[in-house]
Amino acid sequence: MKNYTIFSFIFVMWILIIIGGGLLVAFTSMISIEGYVTVGPLELYYASIAKALIAIILVIIWVYVLTKIKNWMFHKKIKN
Amino acid sequence: MFDQIVTVILISIVAFFSVYVITPFLIRTLEKRNLTVKDYHRKGGAMIPRPGGPSILIGIIASEITLYAFFPTTAIITIIITTSLAFVVGIIDDRWTFGGWFKPLALAASATPIIFLGAYDSNLAFPLFGSFKIPALYLALIIFIIPITGNTINSIDVLNGVASGFMTIASFALTISLFIMQHYEIAVASLPLGFVSLAFYKYHKFPSKIFPGDSGALTLGAMYGVIAILGHVEIVAAIALLPAVINSFLFLSSVKRVVEHRQIKNPTAVTSDFKLMATSDKDAPITLLRLILAAGPMTEKQIVLVIFKLALFSASLAIITAFMMGIKI
Repeated sequence: MKNYTIFSFIFVMWILIIIGGGLLVAFTSMISIEGYVTVGPLELYYASIAKALIAIILVIIWVYVLTKIKNWMFHKKIKN
Repeated sequence: MFDQIVTVILISIVAFFSVYVITPFLIRTLEKRNLTVKDYHRKGGAMIPRPGGPSILIGIIASEITLYAFFPTTAIITIIITTSLAFVVGIIDDRWTFGGWFKPLALAASATPIIFLGAYDSNLAFPLFGSFKIPALYLALIIFIIPITGNTINSIDVLNGVASGFMTIASFALTISLFIMQHYEIAVASLPLGFVSLAFYKYHKFPSKIFPGDSGALTLGAMYGVIAILGHVEIVAAIALLPAVINSFLFLSSVKRVVEHRQIKNPTAVTSDFKLMATSDKDAPITLLRLILAAGPMTEKQIVLVIFKLALFSASLAIITAFMMGIKI
């Protein structure tokens, strides 16, 4: 099993996707914008933009964490 | 129920045998027109016909039209149009080499029929935690998904049989996941992708008789992306594709820019006994292939087997994820 670091990395990515999804749902479900605009669909639109921003920030954090894990797991292999 | 089973069997047969029968004709036609490329990993450097995209597209269109005759839906039209547009992008890139940004931008444009035909739902579903609605972000996501899946499959098409074999495993995992999640209509529409890939693998596996080229790889990747969107299984689809995603991720994090793979240094070298080994060139990008070869030189068949084992592992995780979609905590 020479390549099981790659299998482990896939497994870690899977766990990160599930945790990341959970955080995304948890953070974005709290958002609802009311009282600033009078028209209903516009409120939904602003809420959607806020959710999009949170999602993008979480994805950037997700990629950063994944890069750190990649460097740690494949350190020896990459060095070779 | 009986009608549906007959339809499933019929479209599977049409998808598989249209590619199985047409590809030998395509091979001969490409050879006659001298549309061949050198297989650098093969002893003697055999000239291999390319691209195999036309037979892949014919298989997909023939089977999807057959399905449409029984169950006319917008989803099938969307699959046919988007996949065909991705094929056009691929065939242009097969004939003329463009810069690294051409394919992502052109593939993004080929995703627009999904938006115009309204064949999507802006809910993004996650396992265990439910889904969330993101109308603004989801439109951008559609534009991103098709270039990502297309280029991801294209970037893994580096050895005999990898792209078609990998796509066979990933797409059948996606179909099983769609059935588990009870999205039957899209599950049936996704079947041709697996059977077309399987039939093409017969000619693409080591020693390859034909290469899919950009037109083949982008067609397969784009259809995979459309199915992920239409079936609301974006996360499951991404998980089934993880080995190819890792390949792109490693490549981009080492090259640090979007670049055509033909413009970068080869991360592997061939030994005197025609095994592949990781190059010691510091400027060559880190790829999945290079990581696999870090263990030592291997034959092409051995590497392909490792990639298929990784694909099967990811496919299992994707199917487990599909089961987890039904659980809420």
